[in-house]
Amino acid sequence: MTNKILFTKKHLLGLEDFTREEIKLILDTAKPFKNLFTRSIKKVPTLRGRSVVLLFYEASTRTRTSFELAAKRLSADTINIAVNVSSVKKGESLIDTAKTLESMKSDFIVIRHSYSGSPHILAKNVSSSIINAGDGFHEHPSQGLLDIYTVNEKKGRVAGLKVVIVGDILHSRVARSNLWGLTKLGAKVILCGPPTLIPKDVQKVSPSNIDIEYNLDKAIKDADVVNILRVQFERQMEHLFPSIREYSLLYGMNKERLSRAKNDVLILHPGPMNRGLEITSEVADSLNSVINEQVTNGIAVRMAILYLLSSVKE
Amino acid sequence: MKIVLNDEEIKNIIKTLAAEIVKRYKDLSQVALVGIHTNGVYIAKRLNEEIFILTGKKLNLGVVDITFYRDDIGLSDIIKLAKDTEINFDINGKEIILVDDVIYTGRTIRAAMEQILEIGRAKSITILALVDRGLRELPIYAEFVGKVIKTLPNQKIKVLLKEDNKLKKDKIVLYDE
Amino acid sequence: MKILIKNGFVVDPSQKLEKKLDLLIENGKIIKLLSKINRSKGAKVIDAKNCVVCPGLIDIHTHLREPGHEEEETIATGTRAAAAGGITTVFCMPNTHPVIDNQTTVEFILLKAKKEGVVNVFPVGSITKGILGEELSEIGELKKAGVVGVTDDGEPVMNSKIMRRALEYSKMFNLPVISHCEDKNLSKDGVINEGLISTLLGLRGIPSQSEDIMVIRDIILSSLAGGKLHITHISTKKSVEYIRRAKKEGVNVTCDTAPHYFVLTENYIKGKKLEHVYDTNAKMKPPLRTQEDVDAIIEGLKDGTIDCIASDHAPHTLEEKSKEFDLAPFGIIGLETLLPLSVTFLYKKNKMSLLKLISKFTTNPSKIFNLKCGCLKEGFVADVTIFNPEEEFLVKKFVSKSCNSPFLGWKLKGKIKYTICNGKIVYST
Repeated sequence: MTNKILFTKKHLLGLEDFTREEIKLILDTAKPFKNLFTRSIKKVPTLRGRSVVLLFYEASTRTRTSFELAAKRLSADTINIAVNVSSVKKGESLIDTAKTLESMKSDFIVIRHSYSGSPHILAKNVSSSIINAGDGFHEHPSQGLLDIYTVNEKKGRVAGLKVVIVGDILHSRVARSNLWGLTKLGAKVILCGPPTLIPKDVQKVSPSNIDIEYNLDKAIKDADVVNILRVQFERQMEHLFPSIREYSLLYGMNKERLSRAKNDVLILHPGPMNRGLEITSEVADSLNSVINEQVTNGIAVRMAILYLLSSVKE
Repeated sequence: MKIVLNDEEIKNIIKTLAAEIVKRYKDLSQVALVGIHTNGVYIAKRLNEEIFILTGKKLNLGVVDITFYRDDIGLSDIIKLAKDTEINFDINGKEIILVDDVIYTGRTIRAAMEQILEIGRAKSITILALVDRGLRELPIYAEFVGKVIKTLPNQKIKVLLKEDNKLKKDKIVLYDE
Repeated sequence: MKILIKNGFVVDPSQKLEKKLDLLIENGKIIKLLSKINRSKGAKVIDAKNCVVCPGLIDIHTHLREPGHEEEETIATGTRAAAAGGITTVFCMPNTHPVIDNQTTVEFILLKAKKEGVVNVFPVGSITKGILGEELSEIGELKKAGVVGVTDDGEPVMNSKIMRRALEYSKMFNLPVISHCEDKNLSKDGVINEGLISTLLGLRGIPSQSEDIMVIRDIILSSLAGGKLHITHISTKKSVEYIRRAKKEGVNVTCDTAPHYFVLTENYIKGKKLEHVYDTNAKMKPPLRTQEDVDAIIEGLKDGTIDCIASDHAPHTLEEKSKEFDLAPFGIIGLETLLPLSVTFLYKKNKMSLLKLISKFTTNPSKIFNLKCGCLKEGFVADVTIFNPEEEFLVKKFVSKSCNSPFLGWKLKGKIKYTICNGKIVYST
């Protein structure tokens, strides 16, 4: 029967590991979850009795609350563990934390960490399902999925769309997850930013589906989607661009630029926004912006992730 | 493989069940048919057509998908893709008839009941099934049953309806696994 | 003690020798090397049938960690690991705590080695005091105390003027300057080779140019300053090319590489197995490079551009290596896999002759560093390694105090049978 699909992934470490079919399955599964949100009781008993540990080594309101709400709407128990980043070096090692959580028999560990590969340390050392909620510059797969879900919902497809990702691609886990997901689903991705913020050999990920364009005005011409990344002030200190001012002039998304793009172009931003820097308020609050819907969709997508990973037989 | 019910028999059973419903409830405007995905939805629709022929009225129609209410998540590696639950009427105070093709362990019905109870406070819930194959694992009783068939746990019943299969005729078959 | 090694296939690059010979050792010296020595009274007889008998190996790049990091390795454990790897002489790097930038530390190491070690330990002094790259160490005093070379290994000498002075000053002591080539500004915060893999893993990259640029700088400086320049652990295609050209032009430069640079590529860290993804046992400096680089390193070893193979044995505890990739220290252990990896990947896979292969651990280092070991001539010190180049074995555990190796669980050829140092059996299977 068509509605029965084999899904064998235990962890969500990155979209790189997921096939096109698996990504589609997550998106399809998210849809009925989103429909629950219109009901007065938004909760379902699906994961009753399961526990979800939210292990956050980096401050994150958005992703953490989204995962927490997703877990709670599935009736799972959630435990928040916020670890101060500065204590990582002195305090308990990640591997010891992992082993402690292992002894607590948590079903899921959702981890956010400033170092790439941290979720893999957990996956290698504990039996729980590991969900990467953002690791260093590596991946942020649930964000990638919710971006793609939003695009698909609004445009009715992903294949063949021209998606521009603007900003600090080099240090962006959101960009990497989007890159994998979008190219696997057949979209054309244009990475746009100063050459100093474009990671080496990134085009090799999918040479026929990825273009690099330093000029934002050229990049957004005919674009169906523009995903704007948050600019991080500390990058200026690393000589990656001369000033925030110049960055904003070259890569800030403003009304004038928007007016030259397609009428129905979608504007995405993973948040939190630096209004006036990479995006002006006029753009963020325009009809083209789907930034608030991204947040709603994020919960549905994360419910789908939890649901699918929990469906895997031990 | 054995045909348990053929096209003609299924047609008659639906007619009979529709008549039973009409007979049983005084105020049909307070009754709702809620089909369980997927075959239950088709059967509920057919029942509604028959009821319309009999009374000139149509009942409230709803759909439930029990995927998120299952009690076997993680026990099987087959993912069931969830479909939408659509209850577009006020469930409070309604007499709900849950419609499914086959009643077996009772677990599907339990999950569907849980979902309906979450949506609102129905006045009552009764169960309708084309086939009751016995072997209940939960204390659940179907009031409206088309046909009772004694089966063994290793047997399977497949309900093939026109809506879902490119078949000209409906049939329900029983076979050993 | 008398030892008679019979039926072995003797390979000694110093005499261009490759034949079946028997070898008699007495009082720490090689007494006889003949086609047949029937017996010798009171001698322990070793049957080396199917085995290669060669001069004890010299590893010119080892971190013994003592003094300062005895939790990682000590002179006692490190020399035992060397013996298990068929190595009879190790050069220990100066980045200990305290740094080997003074006579006292050299003397401490030599004393410890004599008391607790089982193979020869030759300390290498630091180029600059405290390996800070600012002031030259007392190279003359270090030489007097017994160092065989100077290096700031672990760190490059970023200041070209200091590097020039080091090459000039060490000339009068005939001491090679061992250069760790890395432009720190280019490699800053990098943890793996820069390229597609670093991009995909979201790890900061170390471009191969950070090595190349320093190799070429040192070659240029050496033509200005003279001296003996030895570039250690080269890993890139360009390094090989630049050194090849420099040698042709008569520059006094030599170099070495480590087995991981001709066995592994950066792809290892993105391997199909979950264990390999972000495996800190593949984090070292210089980082694992590309297949193109590996091919160039093998070519350089074959045509003689690369003179030596060294282990760059860098022990780290499990705790340190279990950290996040960015936080884990650089380096892998290598004493016990040095010869087997070389046998498996150069002799077996790439058809390098045994004579040439063994010269990389014996005659070549001996020549570059003016050593009295590395040959099997009669009258010379009896450092001998016996190994079976065909016997396959599983890398299961290590003698070293640490186990940070990506080669654990690998099947390798070239099993060490006996290691004899100064006429004493220091290792046997």
